[in-house]
Amino acid sequence: MKSLAELKAIKDKMQGQVGVRSHGENETRVVVGMATCGIAAGARPVLQKLSALVQEKNIQGVQVTQTGCIGLCMHEPIVEVYGKDGEKTTYIGMTAEKAEVIVERHLIGGKPVIEYTVSGSGL
Amino acid sequence: MTELSLNILDVAQNSIKAEAKLVELFVLIDTAKDILTIEINDDGCGMPADILEKVADPFFTTRDTRNVGLGVPFFKEAAESTGGSFSITSETGKGTRVKATFTLSHIDRMPLGDINSTVETLVFYNTHLDFHYKYHLDGEEFSLDTREIKELLEGQPIDAPEVKEFISGYLAENSNEINKTQTF
Repeated sequence: MKSLAELKAIKDKMQGQVGVRSHGENETRVVVGMATCGIAAGARPVLQKLSALVQEKNIQGVQVTQTGCIGLCMHEPIVEVYGKDGEKTTYIGMTAEKAEVIVERHLIGGKPVIEYTVSGSGL
Repeated sequence: MTELSLNILDVAQNSIKAEAKLVELFVLIDTAKDILTIEINDDGCGMPADILEKVADPFFTTRDTRNVGLGVPFFKEAAESTGGSFSITSETGKGTRVKATFTLSHIDRMPLGDINSTVETLVFYNTHLDFHYKYHLDGEEFSLDTREIKELLEGQPIDAPEVKEFISGYLAENSNEINKTQTF
């Protein structure tokens, strides 16, 4: 059985690093809908993929978080990106693969992926 | 829902919304008795009797974004369709307890699925809460208690990349050791 003993070494290492991570107001928020509708439609792997990629690619100033029902249940999984300028982009019918594209083009490239949004999907 | 771990993630969201400080999640499997038991307990705001009465009604919800509430009804149905049972008890100001039992070998029982992902999602995205997860299979068990982890971390964040990696490894390694080659 793996024990919690290793955590002490991890904590010691983290204490030696200064200011590597902070959440402030001036950051992009990526919000995944995690109510019954979102979870049933596959939001869990979308949330995990977004979070893992932001971490792997060391994208600064981006916080990945969850929320409840956004109110467009038929279009779940839904991801909302709140930019630093306050602008909101709503992505619908999300998958882990689409999450990779959004990370590359929107979170890193700075340009919303129009074809994954409500307006861009032709609805 | 395609797996019970998703039902659990969904029902646990109610505990989070109820402003619980501690959420307990117990998954207990007894292959000899052919029973899978899932318990989700919280110390949140609880519900008065009139709300509790309606909580398993799919056309009842307290939210205003839509007029159905399917989390609890789905979970109840998932349990009862296997010949199992479902109960929910609650007390205003004290918290809520949800308990579902499933006939393990029943053809209609959904797989437990990726329960570790559910625990990770709860722990990593609700860092202001504490979770106590216990997985028990035929006399062997392991648990993950964020109160213990936070104490060991001495103020370092539980959602830091290196801590997340450790917790994911802890869940994977310990569940593999208990499950051996079995999947539920």
